[in-house]
Amino acid sequence: MIAQTGSDPAGLTSVTAYKQLEKRARVLSLIRQFFVEKQVLEVETPLLGRYPVTDPQLDNLRVENPFPLNITNATDWLYLQTSPEVAMKKLLVLGSGSIYQLAKAFRQDAPGRLHSVEFTLLEWYRVGGGIEELIDDLTNLLEKIIGPLPVEKISYREAFIQYAGIDPFTATIVELKNQAKKHIDVSFDGDRDIWLDLLLTHLVEPKLGVNRLTFIYDYPKSQAAMAKLSKDKDGYEVAKRFELYVNGVELANGYHELTDPVELAQRFKIDNERRQSLGKPVCNLDVDFLAALETGMPDCSGVAVGLDRLMLLV
Amino acid sequence: MATYSTNEFKKGLKLIIDGDPCNIVENEMVKPGKGQAFNRVRLKNLKTGRTWDKTYKSGESVEAADVMDVDMEYLYADGEFWHFMDPNTYEQIPASADAVEEAKLWLKEQDKCIITLWNDVPLTVTPPNFVELDVAETDPGLKGDTAQGGTKPATLSTGAVVRVPLFINEGDTLKIDTRTGEYVSRA
Repeated sequence: MIAQTGSDPAGLTSVTAYKQLEKRARVLSLIRQFFVEKQVLEVETPLLGRYPVTDPQLDNLRVENPFPLNITNATDWLYLQTSPEVAMKKLLVLGSGSIYQLAKAFRQDAPGRLHSVEFTLLEWYRVGGGIEELIDDLTNLLEKIIGPLPVEKISYREAFIQYAGIDPFTATIVELKNQAKKHIDVSFDGDRDIWLDLLLTHLVEPKLGVNRLTFIYDYPKSQAAMAKLSKDKDGYEVAKRFELYVNGVELANGYHELTDPVELAQRFKIDNERRQSLGKPVCNLDVDFLAALETGMPDCSGVAVGLDRLMLLV
Repeated sequence: MATYSTNEFKKGLKLIIDGDPCNIVENEMVKPGKGQAFNRVRLKNLKTGRTWDKTYKSGESVEAADVMDVDMEYLYADGEFWHFMDPNTYEQIPASADAVEEAKLWLKEQDKCIITLWNDVPLTVTPPNFVELDVAETDPGLKGDTAQGGTKPATLSTGAVVRVPLFINEGDTLKIDTRTGEYVSRA
């Protein structure tokens, strides 16, 4: 279905394209200025990689390598990155210090109001400090771009209790399903995370970030992706992750990064098991990345900001 | 059984849901940052006219409705059925009162309508956007009122009642927008 997707994140075909590009250039320049002042290095990493992403909900676009490295008949695929995360983490391991990148990313997402196969990310790693410090820095950056807005920080659990009327950590799957079906007409069935995602997208997200920056933090352990785990104030094990919402739009996704190669390899394995259960191809693990982590990645937090979505707010 | 996958969903696609043919009015993909993608769809039941929202998990398959639109000419009503004819094959088909429910006040013999067929039976009838109908009954317009832009009710030959300017008389032929049910001009 990819062939027919109009991937035009910058709105280049619209009649207002020129004005949009002017605005975009101004925002890019503000971002670069912000990082120059903070002495964060701008980097560029390859768009094409040898390994696909294992995340069960993300799918790479791939191209055939015209100069295959292997001598078998198997096609040598190169994968367009879904984010520059892994490539940048390899730089962190090499001792780059804090870095950022304005990068194109590609995902097999059905195009829509907020989705495009091709889009631009601001990816940023802050060495030292957890998500609290990163949230503060990100708030400062956004203020320079979209002006000052009130900031709200609310945990995933509190947001669910307030807007979906259910405790996402203590409710059973059946309770989550019943609560979802009370509000949303669905015919499918699924696991715990599907009901959580359904309640999140339909009941919680539309209420978030009303003329403010709403940061949701402390995600369920099952949705940790590459974030560290920790205990929340009530003793529940949570992922040290945050998402930023502005007027119902998810704008940024941040982690206190997991640096332990053993745990990360374990999560990749679980990802692949989920991919299999979803009927998706299993991914080769990025052994270079896991080997790099063995030599030690510095404690850091990272965030990806959707630049095309940010432009909607400018 | 033909099916559509959610990534084929788009406005106007016809599906069978709980046995009834339905039309996709709107389709939006929603996806949390790191989670399951959903298609949030606004549907219209083509039998009952009811509109509601339903959500699909991306990748789900839904039964396709064997629904198609054909141009046909309205012939006559026999009290039970409204009869239409394919102008190319001269084939005639009867449409039920349910199918013409929204169209019947605008149907004039020989006008070309769009018939939505489901399993070859007329499901809905859509009249032309504009029709020309005669005024069967209206109060006489008063002289001098024409400039004031006032309106009065007029009953048309089909039984439809529309608001018309005061200068319209019985026997006049009017152009009506069937989508809004409003008077456009004298024909």
